[in-house]
Amino acid sequence: MSKISTYGKKYEPKSGVSRWFDERLPLPRLMHNSVNAFPTPRNLNYWYTFGGVLTFCLITQIITGVVLSMHYTANSELAFGSVEHIMRNVNYGWLIRYIHAVGASMFFLAVYVHIFRGLYYGSYKAPRELLWILGVVIYLLMTATAFMGYVLPWGQMSFWGATVITNLFSAIPVVGGTITEWLWGGFAVDNSTLNRFFSLHYLLPFMIFGVVILHIWSLHVTGNNNPTGISVKDEQDTIPFSPYYTVKDAFALVCFLILFAWFIFYNPNILGHSDNYIEANPLSTPAHIVPEWYLLPFYAILRAIPSKIGGVIFMFSAIAILFLLPWLDTSKIRSATFRPLYRQFYWIFLANCLVLGYLGSQNPEGGYLIASRICTAYYFIHFLVVFPLLGIIETPKPLPESITKSVLEKIKSKANEENKQEV
Amino acid sequence: MSDKETKETNRRDFIFLATGAVAAVGVASAAWPLIHQMNPDSTALALSTIEVDVSGMEVGQSITVKWRGKPVFIRRRTRDEIDLARSVSLDDLPDGLARNNNATNTATATDENRSIEGKEEWLVMLGVCTHLGCVPKGQSIGDARGDYGGWYCPCHGSHYDTAGRIRKGPAPTNLDIPPAIFLNDSVIKIG
Repeated sequence: MSKISTYGKKYEPKSGVSRWFDERLPLPRLMHNSVNAFPTPRNLNYWYTFGGVLTFCLITQIITGVVLSMHYTANSELAFGSVEHIMRNVNYGWLIRYIHAVGASMFFLAVYVHIFRGLYYGSYKAPRELLWILGVVIYLLMTATAFMGYVLPWGQMSFWGATVITNLFSAIPVVGGTITEWLWGGFAVDNSTLNRFFSLHYLLPFMIFGVVILHIWSLHVTGNNNPTGISVKDEQDTIPFSPYYTVKDAFALVCFLILFAWFIFYNPNILGHSDNYIEANPLSTPAHIVPEWYLLPFYAILRAIPSKIGGVIFMFSAIAILFLLPWLDTSKIRSATFRPLYRQFYWIFLANCLVLGYLGSQNPEGGYLIASRICTAYYFIHFLVVFPLLGIIETPKPLPESITKSVLEKIKSKANEENKQEV
Repeated sequence: MSDKETKETNRRDFIFLATGAVAAVGVASAAWPLIHQMNPDSTALALSTIEVDVSGMEVGQSITVKWRGKPVFIRRRTRDEIDLARSVSLDDLPDGLARNNNATNTATATDENRSIEGKEEWLVMLGVCTHLGCVPKGQSIGDARGDYGGWYCPCHGSHYDTAGRIRKGPAPTNLDIPPAIFLNDSVIKIG
């Protein structure tokens, strides 16, 4: 850690103007030290590029969103038509809207990779607990923003999604009804609800931006975790962020953008629901209400519990439990690479989340209901039983002495194999 | 100043507390309008009533009307549906209360307490599932009506019987019954 401060001193004003600036507002110094000279473990793999991808996603959503709001009308009579107006009449409106709509899905895809990378390499453990908690806060804000954004086109899924989710609050004893009416500004989801959701949908991304700054700040205090999970010991273990990781991040981003572009240009609606191209009708619920794919696992949990308040509590707990993860995991070893048992449970947990997502898209009946109850139970068992227990019963593999040694050993064993093959 | 004197309450402490209290009241009173503006406004609150002409409705027919932005189910029930609802013991009901705005809060969920008084054929209730607010199926011919022949909410699988009472599924309470009376033989006033 001491090396970070020596790297931090690398900024030298090169001209009179930059010296003048530096003495008054050391912004170039801050940028240089936290982007260019920031010492980063030398062994980060491509799973570590998603922080950069996510920053790109946030900025893309903000830019396209600001532009869309120039053409969108937040009124229950006009909203649906104004979205079609954007699609048909506004110059490049179709492109900007598809980037924004697909962008939401890509944002969540990237955030899930980012979260599961953190789970695999133990990035939530000391000293990165706050870094992790800030990340969960960002994720919570993202779900709120995405939910409110989905309401704005005022299609059938918008309206009924909003109805179902706001009704979650009616489960609160005594004051539930009052809170729900306060959220709606009426006795049902209506124009006033649409208006406030638009206002908040515009506000929240900037709050996310603020928390992202805290998230990165915290990252720059503790330094990156890495695939070995062992801490940086000396300067040898690190390389400056630029050019090594700016290039790596840029390459990953380009690959990500290929997928992004495929959705935008070849299949822009596959991630949405066709019912949202029917204007909202307060008198008729679609036969099958589903949220967007990225919220399906939580929806499955909500429906797995045969009680209204119970379902709501379990659904919110599924996210809230992430806040406690740094203290639920009792193992001192960060990376799953050196935790033979945890590594197996990690994949079970990942599969369990994917199955929950699938179950969330199905009708809550018969076998699907039973399966979602089993998966919901496992979701919580994983956090409340598996995590605390593994740290006690598991014998970890021996850790490498340092990041540098682990990298060199890999190169050596590779070279040996090649020699053998030649012989 | 000795130690003893600094521990005693003095005028400075009083000023500190008084200032803090005034500031807290100020913040609270400034916050209230910002919170209260989100509550239903006066147009939403204006007590709206609607009158529905049901003279054209046949036995077994249902209609849905909109009241306060919500669907209201009006059903003229068949003899079989009424008998089915009346044959149920109160002990079999997950929610034992009538949830009828025209009756007392403690009225039990008998079919008599849920249908319009003196006109047992007529059932008028909010078409809003008490789970998460979807509109249950069962109003149109060919709709799924659930295991109890009344209404079925496809969102999360709640089954309501022919008196609109919850029988199975996650919904906690019976469908709510709004204020509703017959003005004459053919017109129902809701609200």
